[in-house]
Amino acid sequence: MIDTLRLTAEDALGLLERKEVSGAELHRAYLDAVAERDGELHCYLRTVDGAEGDGVPIALKDVISTKGVETTAGSQILAGYVPVFDATVAARCREAGLPVIGKTNTDEFAMGSSTENSSYGPTHNPWDPERVPGGSGGGTAAAVSAGLAPWGLGSDTGGSIKQPSALCGNVGLRPTYGTVSRFGVVAFASSLDQVGPVARNVRDCARLYSIISGRDPADSTTVDVPPVELPEGESLKGIRIGVPKEMNEAEGIEPGVTAAVQRAIEVAGELGAEVGECELPRSVEYGLACYYLIAPAEASSNLARYDGVRYGLRVDADTYYEMVERTRDAGFGDEPKRRIMLGTYALSAGYYDAYYGQAQKVRTLIAREHAAAFERFDVLVSPTSPTVAFKLGEKAADPLAMYLSDLLTIPSCMAGLPGLNVPCGLSGGLPVGLQLIGPQLSENTLFRTGHALERALGFDPVPERLR
Amino acid sequence: MPITREEVLHVAKLASLELTEDEVERLTGELSAILAAVSKVSELDLADVPPTSHPLELVNAWGEDEPRASLELDDVFANAPARERDLFKVPPTA
Amino acid sequence: MTAGTVPGTVPTWEPVVGLEIHVQLKTRTKMFCRCANGFGGGENTQTCPVCLGFPGALPTVNRRAIEWTIKLGLALDCEIAPQAVFARKNYFYPDLPKGYQISQYDLPSCTNGKVLVPTPDGDHEIGIVRAHLEEDAAKTTHVGGRTGRIGGADYSLVDFNRGGTPLVEIVTGPDVHSSEDARRFLQLLRQTIVELGISDAEMEKGTLRVDANVSVRPEGSSELRTRCELKNMNSFRFVAQGIDAEVARQIAVYESGGEVVQETYDFDAGSGTLTARRSKEEADDYRYFPEPDLVPVEPPAELIERLRAEVPESPARRIRRIEAELDLDRAVVLVTGGLDGLWQETVAAGADRLAAANLIANRLAGVDGSAVDPAELAKLVEARDRIPRAALDEALAKVAEPGFSAAHYLAQEAVSDAAELEPIVTRILDANPGQVAAYKGGKEGLLGFFVGQVMKETGGKANARAVSELVREKLQ
Ligand SMILES: [Mg+2]
Ligand SMILES: [Zn+2]
Repeated sequence: MIDTLRLTAEDALGLLERKEVSGAELHRAYLDAVAERDGELHCYLRTVDGAEGDGVPIALKDVISTKGVETTAGSQILAGYVPVFDATVAARCREAGLPVIGKTNTDEFAMGSSTENSSYGPTHNPWDPERVPGGSGGGTAAAVSAGLAPWGLGSDTGGSIKQPSALCGNVGLRPTYGTVSRFGVVAFASSLDQVGPVARNVRDCARLYSIISGRDPADSTTVDVPPVELPEGESLKGIRIGVPKEMNEAEGIEPGVTAAVQRAIEVAGELGAEVGECELPRSVEYGLACYYLIAPAEASSNLARYDGVRYGLRVDADTYYEMVERTRDAGFGDEPKRRIMLGTYALSAGYYDAYYGQAQKVRTLIAREHAAAFERFDVLVSPTSPTVAFKLGEKAADPLAMYLSDLLTIPSCMAGLPGLNVPCGLSGGLPVGLQLIGPQLSENTLFRTGHALERALGFDPVPERLR
Repeated sequence: MPITREEVLHVAKLASLELTEDEVERLTGELSAILAAVSKVSELDLADVPPTSHPLELVNAWGEDEPRASLELDDVFANAPARERDLFKVPPTA
Repeated sequence: MTAGTVPGTVPTWEPVVGLEIHVQLKTRTKMFCRCANGFGGGENTQTCPVCLGFPGALPTVNRRAIEWTIKLGLALDCEIAPQAVFARKNYFYPDLPKGYQISQYDLPSCTNGKVLVPTPDGDHEIGIVRAHLEEDAAKTTHVGGRTGRIGGADYSLVDFNRGGTPLVEIVTGPDVHSSEDARRFLQLLRQTIVELGISDAEMEKGTLRVDANVSVRPEGSSELRTRCELKNMNSFRFVAQGIDAEVARQIAVYESGGEVVQETYDFDAGSGTLTARRSKEEADDYRYFPEPDLVPVEPPAELIERLRAEVPESPARRIRRIEAELDLDRAVVLVTGGLDGLWQETVAAGADRLAAANLIANRLAGVDGSAVDPAELAKLVEARDRIPRAALDEALAKVAEPGFSAAHYLAQEAVSDAAELEPIVTRILDANPGQVAAYKGGKEGLLGFFVGQVMKETGGKANARAVSELVREKLQ
């Protein structure tokens, strides 16, 4: 009997290598766990029977195209859409022999911070089913924490990997922009979207990153990636950790979150890291506004292809134009509509310079501010989310309040920087996430730092109610 | 500055969204609030700051002009809402 | 008609025309995917997730298309941008699978060029504002309804094979001041493109498309008045007709005290008339922004120099050179027919300049000059009046075939011996008493008729000059 609740990917790999279980058995074990626990949590939109490959099974966010397996991005407009090709990351998992357990729930088109915007119903947090798992990648994050997958892939535009990992208490990496192919990943905001791994610990996360990362000729924005080093040591000697004032003192950060993060920073010092303070004033003050202009603008264009002509929903009408308008009105939920409208407005004649153009310049400022900080530090730390998991429905009515939960994850995304969430304790029985930010292509440093902290902090990733 | 109902309707047209009456109602309010928040970017004087459209400074990502296999017709139309012969069928454009 | 004026218009009005030319590049694959490019495939068989705009598919730039665009820019005397950027042009139409067209916009690859068009009154300079790279739309067919055209169609069908074909858009300044200049410019541009080997540039096939922005202004003034756009003119002749018609229309409007309103017109080849398009109720707002799925084009200096070295001498310069040895009209025909090289070699092989020019211009249009052996052609030019017409025709028909030799044809002598011809001539005259009477009554044009009959009778072996002399004598 395999205890999927505690099994790490590395454990699973051991079992497979020692032939103690077959890939098929392992895959079946997770499907059984899903059958047992997912009724309550709704992490999966659909599961895949029959293991393809003899490796460690994996969960894929439903924005990742999987040949022959329905891929909806959480939207009704793609209901029934079955890709005829694999996303590059799906193909790489296939080549590595990782059987797909299923496609996980997401806010519609990855637009959201709670997975409540999924048009197929919300996912629940394994630590407290009355609370959200975060989003947009709540399905993958919740599945990994609930033992419904040893690891999985998410996608992150402004925090959709890091924030759900924080709220579910596991490890999530938003890699450096361009290190993981976006080919075949349903696009939200092309200059920000990144696919990344979610796992129970940092070593698993690094292992999965090594499988999916690397240049892809099919994605012109990808780069060559330095070899991934699986973290070993527990010392942080030689690592310079910066604590950006604004990101740790921003209003809205819950005291319990601050406390856990402060403790983690002290531990980093005890492990030999040099800790010092730094500033990112404009990144925090203007990051959110910058993001909510650039992301919707790109989204308004990326979502134009859903016109009812070649695939997806079509609401028939007398003319092509009416057909497209009705299809898009019926197929898109409130959040995509909101962002399409906002982005279309920001790009429209007379407003481009004031909104999109200006936001692109703010983006330059944010990158410069981070570059300056990285002249003195190797890693910047802050809470990943200002709050722990909040109640379902709590922020659903107020878009702006919801947007605020990405306040701390957004700035580094705008600069294309890698960010790692590592659980650093509990607040009111709910996980608190520590965000580690590094310069572009510094994933190995983040893994090393995260690994050492994870060991020292000894966080138990299994939700108390499931132990 | 708040967005007007007319602007909402114009933008919806550009975005090809047929909004219901109460959607227009709600979006007029929500977009005004969001725009007020994001307008914060205009506080900054960035006359001499270059825009960033890409987090990475990459150039000249070119593919060679060598043909590769196209899709089989079954795959081309696998998800098509309407097909006539080997063509995509849509309502008239006028 | 001389350049600068337009038939049916008052000379106090000057036409001001800018041209927009779209050229389909004949790369092996499409602009942003590696589907085969070009005609031939069955409907939608040259498509993939990228050119069908499937979710998650991403574009990748075709290197050859970039190089050919730069090469064309160099041939048009353009500045090559150190950085060119692709943008998204957003709008909805069934032939646009992504909901946006990827096109260079504010940073095109080529800007600020010019073409010197040789005309009877000197070179006319046509400025090239820009030449940029974009992707072509798919093909939409409108089915049913009254006419089968857009108006009143029952439904539309889309074939994405053409979607994503590399397209270079060339925009001239408002420097064209007559339909004649437009024709001369387009001939030169087309020849330039064909010689670069980057496109077949055939208007009939749509691999070359021309739109014209037309306005008029009082002669001498430098103002730019409201312009109208002309579309769907699928031959150089129609472009000229369309411009003339629109210029005449606008002059009439102004002279009747009216104002020209900005409009787009479709040219109807059948009637040679223009019909205004219904103007959309929503004003266009394409919401251009830099394509985030692609990175900038920054061509290295070595690449630009390599391409520059591959650009042949411009047709315009060759026309001026050859004009000095012949005349402008013949020079234009030879160069824009791609036959000036053959002419030069034929002359070098000893043929008479003018005779060779006439023979090549009049008889070898459409022939691949490079396949012809100039030495053999020179022999035909020399013997053109001596050998039977039939022999000359046959020889010219075969002259481009590999290993062609003129010897066999030169051996044939035309029959000029009166003794041999007289009986035939007599027979023809007797057989056509009516025409004979008419000729004698002054219809001397009938001479050609009699000569023609005799040539027929002799299977083209008679010497035409000898025959006509004989006929004239007999009808004295
Ligand atoms: Mg164009
Ligand atoms: Zn294609």
